[in-house]
Amino acid sequence: MAKIPVNIDGKSLEVESGKTILEVCKANDIEILTMCHLEGLGDIGACRLCLVEIEGINKLLPACTTKVAPNQVIKTKTEKLKKYQKITTELFFAERNHVCAVCVVNGNCELQDLGYKVGMTRVRFPYLFPKCEVDTSHPWYVMDHNRCILCTRCVRVCGEVEGSYNWGVMKRGVAARIISDFNTPWGESITCTSCSKCVNACPTGAIWPKAVVQGQFKKNPKMITELVEKRKMHL
Amino acid sequence: MTKKRIATVWLGGCSGCHMSLLDIDERILEVAKLADIVKCPIVDAKEFPEVDVALVEGSVTSDEHWRELEHIRKNSKVLVSLGDCALTTNITGMRNQLAKEDVLNCAYKDAISNDKEGKMPKHWVLLNLLDKVVPLHEVVSVDYVIPGCPPSADTIFYVLFELLNDRVPDLAAERKLKYG
Repeated sequence: MAKIPVNIDGKSLEVESGKTILEVCKANDIEILTMCHLEGLGDIGACRLCLVEIEGINKLLPACTTKVAPNQVIKTKTEKLKKYQKITTELFFAERNHVCAVCVVNGNCELQDLGYKVGMTRVRFPYLFPKCEVDTSHPWYVMDHNRCILCTRCVRVCGEVEGSYNWGVMKRGVAARIISDFNTPWGESITCTSCSKCVNACPTGAIWPKAVVQGQFKKNPKMITELVEKRKMHL
Repeated sequence: MTKKRIATVWLGGCSGCHMSLLDIDERILEVAKLADIVKCPIVDAKEFPEVDVALVEGSVTSDEHWRELEHIRKNSKVLVSLGDCALTTNITGMRNQLAKEDVLNCAYKDAISNDKEGKMPKHWVLLNLLDKVVPLHEVVSVDYVIPGCPPSADTIFYVLFELLNDRVPDLAAERKLKYG
């Protein structure tokens, strides 16, 4: 593939055209914060954590869905970006009821890790305390909307990798919810294969297996990435 | 150097943060060299006195907490939110999804152990629950925060020791942040 010149954080690089800014940064050890991105799944630019500044463009663009272009000058670590990353993280916590102390993934959570990375000491916005359902109808797994950040990794892994299309999204903004089939209890789903890919793709404690208690569950999102890679092989 | 004055306060929390504070073990002697603990749940002082540093555990769940916190703010040079309840409302805020009446009825009237004879306690000396539990910084300005449920003894000691030595602690830079 043709190589094109770009400049990221003052470093001149020759990169493959057709790649996203996120892919190029990862290949060159430039750290970019992500939450809705999971290697192997299609990117949608939902979480806005990977926003970057590009010279000549007066708005911030998500690195995961923006492709590199010749002579682009990209900045990934400006004060402005850091400010927005912190705000975004705080809004994740304020939007639902994230009670780390009672969560199954306490200590193994991508949302907690994100908070530590951006240096979030407290949330400066009022907590919304929305009333959220906990769906325990599935025989093995639980969907707890209190802990969902709407990254839609479950929705994408279910459709793109498992091919079940059990999960979907209804409504918009703060009213948005992940739904099973046509907003029916997960346990009554006619599409779910109980494969547990959504459990492992989920970055927080929103989807978890029933047989664990507080702080005892560790997810394995890399399993999804490996699975997608293995399927590309033609023996 | 004159000794500083510290107070620790227990609002809407489980006192786990205070347990963690006690876990600083012999380092309490380091603290004692620099400061006197003039008010805390195990010091029998009635009125909250003027202090240099106040560590406040728990969230604001009632009118009494609200008044107490405002009084503490007026009398403290540095007010520190201690623990997740003070910062996020944590477990105490899980009732915020429910109506206050439902919560009270569940505890005092409808609980099975009440044998259908439960009644709502009502007396002028009792505190009144707020409709919603709020974190400290929604009531008064807070100078520093220590997240965690509970925060580790090391973290509490670090913040206290820095403050007593007139330095500003930085939990993020020291990689001491922990939620839950």
